[in-house]
This record gives sequence, C-alpha cells and structure tokens, in this order.
Amino acid sequence: CEIKQLSDCLIRLLLDRRDGTRTSEALTPAAAARDEFQEELVIRPLHSGDIYASFQFRTLWDTDFLQEGQKVSHYRLFPKSLGQVLSKFSVRELHISFTQGFWRTMQWGQPFIPSPPGAELWVWFHDTVSDVDGNWKELTNVLSGIFCASLNFIDLTNTVQPSASFKPLGLGNATDHRFLRYATLPREIVCTENLTPWKKLLPCGSKAGLAVLLKSEKLFHSSFHSQAVHIRPVCQDEQCTSKAWELRQTLNVVFDLYTAGQGKKEWSLFKMFSRTLTEACPLATSSKVYVDITDNPELFELSPATPLLSQAVVLGDRRTYSVYDLSRAETFGQLRSLNLLLRWKGDGEMLRPLLHAERYVAGFGLQTGEIHTVIYNNHPYRAFPVLLMDSVPWYLQLYIHTLTVTSKSRDNKPSYIHYQPAKDRHRPHLLEMLIQLPPHSMTEVTVQFERALLKWTEYTPDPNHGFYVGSSVVSALVPSMVAMNTNFTQDQPLFSSFVPVKEESSYFVRVYTEPLLVNLPTPDFSMPYNVICLTCTVVAVGYGSFYNLLTRTFQVDEPSLPLAKRLANLIRRIRGVPLLT
Amino acid sequence: MDGTLFRSVNKFFIIAFCLDIKSYKSFMHRPDSFFLATKMAAPLTLLLIVAVTIRAVLFRSSLAELISARVEVVSPLNAWKRVVEGLALLDLGVSPYSGDVFHETPLMIYLFHFTVDYAEIVFIVTDGITALALYLSIQTYNKDVFRKQKYALESDRYSADCLELLRSPKEMFYIPLKVAMFYLLNPFTILSCVAKSTCGLNNAIIALFIFCTLKGSALLSGILLALATYQSIYPLTLFAPALLFFLQRLYIPVNLRRSSFWFFTLQYAFMYVGSLVVITGLSFFLLGSWDFIPSVYGFIFSVPDLTPNIGLFWYFFAEMFEHFRLFFSCVFQINVFFYTIPLSIKLKEHPVFLIFMQIAIISIFKSYPTVGDVALYMAFLPAWSHLYRFLRNIFLVSCVLLACSALFPVLWHLWIYAGSANSNFYYAITLLFNFGQILLVADYFYAYLRREHHLTHGLYLKKKDGTEATLVLK
Repeated sequence: CEIKQLSDCLIRLLLDRRDGTRTSEALTPAAAARDEFQEELVIRPLHSGDIYASFQFRTLWDTDFLQEGQKVSHYRLFPKSLGQVLSKFSVRELHISFTQGFWRTMQWGQPFIPSPPGAELWVWFHDTVSDVDGNWKELTNVLSGIFCASLNFIDLTNTVQPSASFKPLGLGNATDHRFLRYATLPREIVCTENLTPWKKLLPCGSKAGLAVLLKSEKLFHSSFHSQAVHIRPVCQDEQCTSKAWELRQTLNVVFDLYTAGQGKKEWSLFKMFSRTLTEACPLATSSKVYVDITDNPELFELSPATPLLSQAVVLGDRRTYSVYDLSRAETFGQLRSLNLLLRWKGDGEMLRPLLHAERYVAGFGLQTGEIHTVIYNNHPYRAFPVLLMDSVPWYLQLYIHTLTVTSKSRDNKPSYIHYQPAKDRHRPHLLEMLIQLPPHSMTEVTVQFERALLKWTEYTPDPNHGFYVGSSVVSALVPSMVAMNTNFTQDQPLFSSFVPVKEESSYFVRVYTEPLLVNLPTPDFSMPYNVICLTCTVVAVGYGSFYNLLTRTFQVDEPSLPLAKRLANLIRRIRGVPLLT
Repeated sequence: MDGTLFRSVNKFFIIAFCLDIKSYKSFMHRPDSFFLATKMAAPLTLLLIVAVTIRAVLFRSSLAELISARVEVVSPLNAWKRVVEGLALLDLGVSPYSGDVFHETPLMIYLFHFTVDYAEIVFIVTDGITALALYLSIQTYNKDVFRKQKYALESDRYSADCLELLRSPKEMFYIPLKVAMFYLLNPFTILSCVAKSTCGLNNAIIALFIFCTLKGSALLSGILLALATYQSIYPLTLFAPALLFFLQRLYIPVNLRRSSFWFFTLQYAFMYVGSLVVITGLSFFLLGSWDFIPSVYGFIFSVPDLTPNIGLFWYFFAEMFEHFRLFFSCVFQINVFFYTIPLSIKLKEHPVFLIFMQIAIISIFKSYPTVGDVALYMAFLPAWSHLYRFLRNIFLVSCVLLACSALFPVLWHLWIYAGSANSNFYYAITLLFNFGQILLVADYFYAYLRREHHLTHGLYLKKKDGTEATLVLK
C-alpha cells in the first residue's frame, strides 16, 4: 500500500511539474505533429567548492509512434534514430544513462537527475508486446550501436524486473512489471565516443546554443560526468486528450576547479568549458542559463548581474536562480558573448542531505562475504519509508535467511520483501524491500553471500581485478526541507505558512550507492589440458584396476620357456616327438 | 606318504573347527534381544554414549560454525545453510526451487519444516540409527557367512589347506561393534554430523536399506532403496546387489531362462519402481509442481555448481573446453553406473561385498561427494578384516588418505585466504585423495577375489615342478 502511494505520489509530482511548465503553451491551438525544443543549463556552486553544471535539452513532439496503422516518417526536431527504435520495439518509456565517476551525495547534495556509475538502462515496453525478452535483447543491441556503448553486454544474467522501485515516469499507470526491464553495467567506461553520438541527437548538434559548451576535453576532465536520455509519453494539453512524446537529454558534470585553480574559488564559463556562449540554438523556443544564487550575496559574487530572478522548489528546498535568457540579445552585452564569472568569498557550511546511502563488502577470503548497505535518515524528527533495490549477479549466491535490517541497534523488519533468487547463468538475484527509516538514524542492511567458482571461460580477461556488482537503488519520498523549516527568516506571508503546502511536503529522491567490486576464486587459466589429462588419468586408474580384476582370473605364474627350448619344441612338434618342459 | 598324513591332520582340524562352529551356532541361535542384552549391549551403549557426547560437545563449541563452512564436509547438495535458505524462501512465499541455492528433495523440506529447531538432535539420532542398522546388518551377515562356510566345509568345497583362511566365531564376534565404531567415531562422520550435512540422512537410508535387505524383507528393502534413489539418484545401482541377495536367499538361481528368476526380479522391481513413483508423486503433491526434478536431479547430472569439493568433477568442469562439456559430463556420469553390471556378474555369489563396492564407487565418482559419503563405505572395512593378509598397499593408501585429510584445510587456506597458493594445489590434493580411495577399493576387491580363489584352489599353490607358485591375474 505504501509502495503504491509512493509511486502515485511520484507520478503526480512529475505530472504537476510538467503541467507547470506547459501552462503557457496550452493557450496556443495545438497543430498537428507540432514539435518544440528547449535548452537549459543550471549551474550550482556546491558547498565543497566544486561546480555542478547540469544541461537539459527537451524535445516535445505531439505525435504517437505507437498508434496502429500510423507510420511516422517525417522527423524535424526529434531524432529519427530514436523515433524508429521506439516504434519498432513498442517502447513506452526509455531511460538510459552513462556515468563516469560517483556522485558524492554527502559532499554535493542531491543531483537533479541521479544516475549510477557505469551504464543504466530501464525500459517500459508497451503492453501489447508479446516477447518482451526478445524485444529487450534487440533493443539493447540497437542502443549499443546508437550510443557506441557496450550495452550489448546486457543479457538475461544482468536484467531484472523490479516490482516496485521503477515506475513509469510518463503517462499511463502501468503496474505490470512484466513489461519493465532494468539493467546496469557498472563496469562501463564513459568517454568521448559516447558523447559524440549523444550530441548528434540534438537539433542544433554542437554547432549552436548551449551545446557549444560540450567539449569533451573539458567534460571528461572532471570529477563526475553523466549523460542521459529519457524518453516518455506526456500529455499534449491540460485535458490530456492525446499523447505527446518527450525526449530529455541531460548532461551533468561536476568540475573540481578548486584544486585546479590553486585553491581560489573562482570560475567562469570559459574556465569550465573553454568556450563562451554567443547565441541560442535557433531552433529552440527557449534557451536559458540558471545560476543558483540562493546563498548570494554572502558567499559569492556573480558577474554579469542579471535582473531576472526565478524561485523554485527543487528537491525539497526553495532555491533562487539568476536567469540568463539566451534568446534575448541584451544577455550577451556588447561583446556578443556571455561569460559568466563567479567569485567565492567564504566557506559554505556542510550540507547534510536528508537521505544518503552507502554500501561495502565485508569479510575476508574468497569463500564467503557480506554485503552491507547503510542508509542514513538525517531528518531530525520524521521517519519515512524507502524502497531498497539490489540486483546481485548470480555468481554471488545470496542467502536470504541471513538478511538483517537494523536501525538504532534494533531489528527493523521490512514491511515488504520481494526476492527473486538467481538461477545460475540465467538471471541475477533481485531483492526489493520497503524499510521504514526512523528519524535521525542509520539503518544497516546486511546479507551474506558465497562466491562461486566459475568456468574458466566465464571470467573476464582480467579476472583478478574482480567482478562489479551494480549499485543499490534507494527510492524514497523524502520530507521536504521547506516543510521542515518552521522558523521563517525569509519574508513570507503569514497565511501561507501555517499548514505546509502538500505539494512541497515531500519529494521523490533516488539515491544510488557505490557499485561493489568483488573478487572471486579463480582456476588456473593456463592448464585446461593438464587438468583434463590428470583427472582422466585418475578415472582411468579406477577403470583400469576394476577392469583388470573383472576380466582376468587368478592363475599360477608359469615362467615361459627360454627361447632355445621353444624353438626346439617347434621342431619337436613337427617331428611328433614329446615336447621339452 | 606325506600327503596322506597331511590330509588326516587336516581332517582333524576341520572337525575341530566344525565343533567350534556348532558351539557358535548354538550361541547364535539364541534370541537376538537376549544376545544383545547380555554380551554386546554394554559396549554398544557405551559407544553410542561416547559418540553422542562428542557430537554434542562439538555442536556447542565454536568449531561447529567453522566445520559447517568446510567444502569437504558440505556440498551444494547437502549443506545445512541451504536447507535453512530453502525454508526461508518457503516462508517468503518463493518456491525454493526457483533459485539455484536449494537442491534438497521436497520430502527433506517437509522433514525439516517440522524439525528445524531440533536439527542437532535429528542429526545425532540419524547417526545413531545408521550405526545401529550397520551393526545389525553386519551381525546378520556374519551369521550368514558362517552358515555358508559350514555348508561349504561339510560338502568339501573348500580346499584342504585353506584352514587358516576360514573365519572363526571368536574373531568375528566383535566385527559388528567395530563396524558401528568405525561409523560413529570416524572423524569424517563426526564432521559431517556437526556440519549438519544431510548426507547423514542419506547414509541412514542406505544403512536401513542394507539392514532390511539382509533381514530378507523385500518390500521394505524396495521402499528404502526407492527413498535412497529419490534422495540422490546414485543408490539406484544398489538394486542389483539387493536383487542378487534375495535370489540367493530364496535359492533362486540366476538364470535368465528360469521363470522363477524373472518372477522374483519383476516383483522386486515393481516394489522398487512403485515406491519410487509413490514418493515422487507425493513430492509433487506436497509442492504442487515438478520444479524439484530439474533442480535436484538435473543439478546432480549437469554439475552446474563448481564449488570445490573432494570429488573429481569441479575442477575438471571448471577447466573444460565448452565444446566437450556435454560429452565429458556424460562420460563421467556413466562411469558411476558403468561398473554395476560387470561387478554384479563377477560378485553374484557375494551380494554384500557388491553393496560395499557399489557404495564405494558411488562415493568416489559421484558429482558432489563429501566426507560423509566416504565414511559410509569405510564403516564396512572391519567386516572385511579377514582380507587384510591379501591387501597389497594398505599402508600406502592409509598414508595417502591421512595426509590428504590433513592437507585439505591447509591448502584451502593457502588458496582462499592467504592467497599464496592457487586452485591447482587444492586440486592436486583432491586428485590424490581420490587416487587413494580408488586404490583402497581396488585393493579390497583384489583381496576378496584372491581369498575366494584360495578357498577353492588351496592356499599354498605349487607350480608344475613343485616349487612355490606366485598367483597372477591373467
């Protein structure tokens, strides 16, 4: 019941957010197959001194790929390669992300769009699909080609069907998780060759607009890099009579300019991307740069200053942003280029995210081990439930009876457990739990596992490097900071602050833990021939000795005659004379 | 002249011996309960008490956890941890066979569903039952051996000079006790019991099967054999010795043209197959699905889990070329069953020794052997103590087996924990251990055949020229 509520909330929140942005557009009459493109860059100085830049490119297209008998062949802004994939494989929703580095929640707070290290792909198929596994396999191979990534390594052994953690983010309340496939490749290394095809999906490519900033030599010289594609169906208008498709391309990057700039907390667009902005993408209906200035002016100064300010509640916190609208000529000033500059004046306080999770492997030796997942609830007085999802490869044999969940050194029994044990070489373990986190607590989830010895051909080329286990996913509705804040220092009308606004009282967060690196026992790869020979020898010794005893009989050993006597006997036999003995 | 003197002296001895047999026979004819109560009850009780104490102490010590994680003692088929896991899965509403952790049979789940809290007692009692069943079986067998020896002597079937090969009641008196002791105090059995390996239960079923067979109850024997087969497939090969035993007991000659032979064979086969069908059907109704068939028997045959154990399969199939995997898994599995028919032909007069041979072959060549399996056939060794004089390399074999048992944990530690050795070290030891076992079994087989040969042909064989002859296999 709580899960349903959680997912409903999530869907509603997302719908609400989308409706907010689309209110103005709903006034214009909807033309057939209308499409539009928006681009946006959010820059947020982090308390650790790092800079978080988040690009979002959104293409909306008022058409339906999945309608019967309607073949869509005219593409304008929406990338054709993806459109064809969606219609061919009857994809309802597709989310794919490539991440290099690990998002440090404790230092950086929550990201706008979370993603696990490596590649993550989750897809909701349309419920008319009969062979979901077949479609999934083909889809991963096609996407592998589109994004130049090793997504073709996704097969049944690392695919799961989460029952509660991943709900559709777009239209439709599909709950049958038979049509959902989720897989991660924690080992995937993201680099330039993944960025180039991603940029090609943009209507302006990297020629104009915000995308000119995406230069790989800078983007990959960063602490964290994540690029993603999210496709989902959304409403065309407020009445929601027909469907539109939304493609969101996001790219998040965290620069560590603090150490690179000799301890000076100072950055500019040019320093970060080695480019400045000169124009918006001509195809974009809106093109904006937001800078988070919630802590301004105490901590830093921003130039050039802008009169445009915007307030929004993001991830449960009320933030203020300076807005630079690239579609307006005055933004670029006299130099015809925009180079945002920001100087820090002091140190910020450590931000404590309300929800945080980490994971590690305990134990020594190559026989057994224990996975520890630690989830922190830093809210001072509210408990909230989280959904924990673990997908563990089959070669770590989990023992579910050793599962313990403890909070505040007391047993915390999960109210919902969905466990699907692994099948050797066929499917991974899937463990989903709904855990209530007490306020201001640390909850530890442990489960023991045994390491399997694999066939020698099943090891990776560097077997002693270890095997990766994908991140755990913690999904939760976290109570909002806005609702938590009872002593209002900001000017707010009194009538707005007595009962917290419901939409703002909690927000959905997904936290990914670290992937694990687990060593497995290895056979000696150099001697398959020797092993086959030696084992067969021992079996043959057994067979031989039994065969001997079974087929032969005991006889008195009569020594054979010397050669001379035998020859003599031969002659004697011919002559018919008695033989010698 | 010499010959006749020798013969007369010999005759005298044989008569004396027969008198001895008579006394033994009168002794044996007393009721079993009385017999147990008077002579053997005390040492047997003492043995049971000692065995139970050792197990109870070990269960309470910190060693129990260490032992239950040893790969030599538990295999994926019979680890207690996996039984608990299966029960936990059942509690979660997941079929235990949907994963690849649980490979026990459905009846086992239901046994432990009710007794999981008393598991330690169950395992101790099981060991006691096995020992008792072995004790009584060997006692029955010894009586049988004695009776036959007497008839053979009376009908002059034995060679004259093989007196020292004959078995006397005195030396046979303590053999059942020794067998029980070999089982109960064998470190392998103790380890297996303390690790709560369900191998102990399989051993009990096989021991009870042997007991029922030797007592002549064809129905119970068939049921227990079906149960043993149901548990781990391989005891299927014990069908042949059991059948031979019953035929011999009922004086039915093994003749394919005789209807009485076929009648009894079909009767016994029907009992066996019938109970197998009933047990399997019962499992189906308990669980409502056939999932256990691939999960238990498919797992035994295809050997997907390559966790190291004391057997020959794990490293062989970890290193096998993918192309030949199916071929070799067929070869290795056929190897276990292959010896049944030739052994049955060779040993058709000696079904009990055939049972021993079969159990030993199963425990060497099965896909997931543990030390518990080894302990079962080793318990029979005192029953063949009269073969000792013909064993060729018992010293070597004992040394090999002892050294290997000590080296297993050492090399495991070096490979898995210290990281200073690799898998080849452990593999080498498993290879040597199996080599030792093969040598041991082959040696006993040789000794048994040789004794039989001497019984008919005389102990001191002469060549044609009168010099002392050496016996060779030709």
